[in-house]
Amino acid sequence: MKLNRRKFIKRTLIALATVEAFFLLRGSVNKVDTSSGTTELFNAGKATAFDKNKLYPFLTGQFFLKRFEDGGFLAMSFKCTHLGCVVNTNSKTGGFNCPCHASQFNKFGEVLSAPATRPLDYFPITIEKGELLIDTRKPIRRSSFNKSQLTYL
Amino acid sequence: MTNTNQEDKTPSSIEKFILHLHPAKIDSRAIKINRTFGLGGVCALLFIILCLTGLLLRFSYIPTVEHAYDSILGLKNNTVFGQFIRNLHHLSAKLMIVASFLHLVRVYYTQSIFLKRGENWIYGLLMMFLVLASSFTGYLLPWDQLAYWAVTVITQIIEYIPFIGHSLAYVVRGSETVDGNTLLNFYTLHTGIIPLLFIFLMCMHFWLVRKAGGIALPQQEEQQKVDVIPNLVSKEIMLACIVIAGLFLTAAFYDAPLLDQANPLKSPNPSKAPWYFLGAQELLLHLHPFFSAVIIPFATALFFFGLPYYKYNNLNIGVWFNSPLGKKITIQSSIIAFVFTFALIYLFEHFFHFDLWLSNWPGVISTGLIPFLFYAVPVAAYLLFWNKKHQANRTELIMACTSIILSSYICMLLISLLLRGEGMLMIF
Repeated sequence: MKLNRRKFIKRTLIALATVEAFFLLRGSVNKVDTSSGTTELFNAGKATAFDKNKLYPFLTGQFFLKRFEDGGFLAMSFKCTHLGCVVNTNSKTGGFNCPCHASQFNKFGEVLSAPATRPLDYFPITIEKGELLIDTRKPIRRSSFNKSQLTYL
Repeated sequence: MTNTNQEDKTPSSIEKFILHLHPAKIDSRAIKINRTFGLGGVCALLFIILCLTGLLLRFSYIPTVEHAYDSILGLKNNTVFGQFIRNLHHLSAKLMIVASFLHLVRVYYTQSIFLKRGENWIYGLLMMFLVLASSFTGYLLPWDQLAYWAVTVITQIIEYIPFIGHSLAYVVRGSETVDGNTLLNFYTLHTGIIPLLFIFLMCMHFWLVRKAGGIALPQQEEQQKVDVIPNLVSKEIMLACIVIAGLFLTAAFYDAPLLDQANPLKSPNPSKAPWYFLGAQELLLHLHPFFSAVIIPFATALFFFGLPYYKYNNLNIGVWFNSPLGKKITIQSSIIAFVFTFALIYLFEHFFHFDLWLSNWPGVISTGLIPFLFYAVPVAAYLLFWNKKHQANRTELIMACTSIILSSYICMLLISLLLRGEGMLMIF
C-alpha cells in the first residue's frame, strides 16, 4: 500500500478525530454518580460479638467477614475476581467456590484453583468504640494474603 | 417454471419498488434455492419482524430496575397477545443468530468474499457483531436472574483488555457493577442505536451485492437470464411465508424464558452466559483470561476481517469449497477439530491440572500459554501435514483454519450448553 503525504495527513486527521470522538462520547454518556455520596461505613456490630475462626456473611454489605484464630478480622468481597459472580462458602475447606467458572479460594481468599488469577478483594476495616466499621465503597486488590491485611482489636 | 415471456405492461408501483432492490433480469442459476438457501433474505425478514414486535414491546416495557421485571410480568399476564409478541421477538432473535451465522458460513464456503466483494464481507461481519450485540443488550432487559448474571459475566470479560479494559467496561455498564445505569445503557443501545446502525449497514450490504452483479456464481460461458418478477420474487415470498408460519406456530407453544427477578446478592448455580456466548465462556474456564478474553478473540477477529485480503493464488469465486481438495480439507478439518477440541477439554477437565502442578509459575504461562500450545501445536502440525502430503495451497489451508476455528467454537458451545451442570463441572 502506497502512502503519500496527502493520504498520511488525511488518515492522521481521521485517527485523531476518532480518538477525540471516543473521549467526547465517553464523557457525555457517562452517568452522574447517583449514590448519595456519603462516607457512611458499613457497621458490622460489636467486635467482641464475633467468635474466632468463624466466617460471617454480610450479603447486604457484599462481603464475608472472617475472624481468624489470632483474633484478626478480614472483610473479603464476595465477588469472584474472575468474572464477578458471587462466591459461595465451602464448608469443607472453609474457603469459597465460584458457581460460574469453578474457581476455588481458600479461607484467606487466595486462589486454590484457576481460572481466577488473584485473591478475593478485601475492604479496609476500622474499629471505633469496639464496633467494626467496614469501608465497602472501594475494594482493594491484592496479589496474596499477608498479615497487614488483618485488623486487630 | 421459468417465465420468460415478455409482456408489454407497465409494472405496478410495488413491482417498480421490487425492481429497485433486484435487477429486472437475473441469472437462472442464482434463483436455485441451494445456491443461497435464502439465508440473507431470512435475516432481513427477521430484522423486520424484530422491529415490529420490538416496537410493540416498547409500549409496555419500563427500563428501570424497579419496574423492568414487573412490566414483563404485566405484559405476560394482562396484555392481549403480550406473551405471544414477546415469544415472537425472542424466537426471531434466536433464529436471527443462527440464520446470520449460516449465511456467513454459506458465503465463505461458496468463496464469495473476494475482490470487489471483500468490502461487503467487512460490512457483513460488522452486522454479525451487531446481531450478537443486540441479542446481548436485549438479554438484560427482562432483569431476571439469567439476564443479570449473564451480563455481569460478559461485561467483566471486557475488563481483562489491557490499559483500556476498565474504562471500556465502565462505559458499557455506566457503572462499576451491573445496575440501573447498565439497564438504561442497554435499553438505549438495543432499541435505538443498534437498529439504526443495522439499517445503515443493511442498505450498504444490499447495494454492494447489486454493485458486484448479484450473488457470486461460478464462471460460465453461456448465461440464461430470467425475469425477477415472478421467478425470484415468488420464491422469496414463499420462503418468507414458511419462516413466518414456523415462527408463529412455535411462538404459540414455546414461551420465552423468564426466571426470578434479578438478585445481585446471589449467583445461580451454574451461571451461564447466553447460549451463543457459551463457547467464549468455555474458553474462559480453561485458559488464563489474558489469552481467552484478549489474545484469542482479537486474533480471531483479525483473521476473519482479513479473510478476503490474504494473497490467494487460485481464487474460484462462486464455487463451493474452491476445489475438490478444498471440500475434502474442509470436511476433514471440521470433524477433526471438533473431536480434538472435545478430547482436549475432557483431558483438561479431568487429568491436566497445570495450575496446580506449576503453581509457582506465573498464571499467564501455566494456565495460559501451555494449554494454548496444547491446542495450537497439533493444529499447526495438522496444517503442515496437509501442505506437505497433499500439496494443499494457501487458499485451502486458510479455509482449513476457518473451519477449525468455527468447528472448535461450536464444540465448546455444545459442551458448555449440554454437558455442564452444577458448579460448571462436566457432568461425566
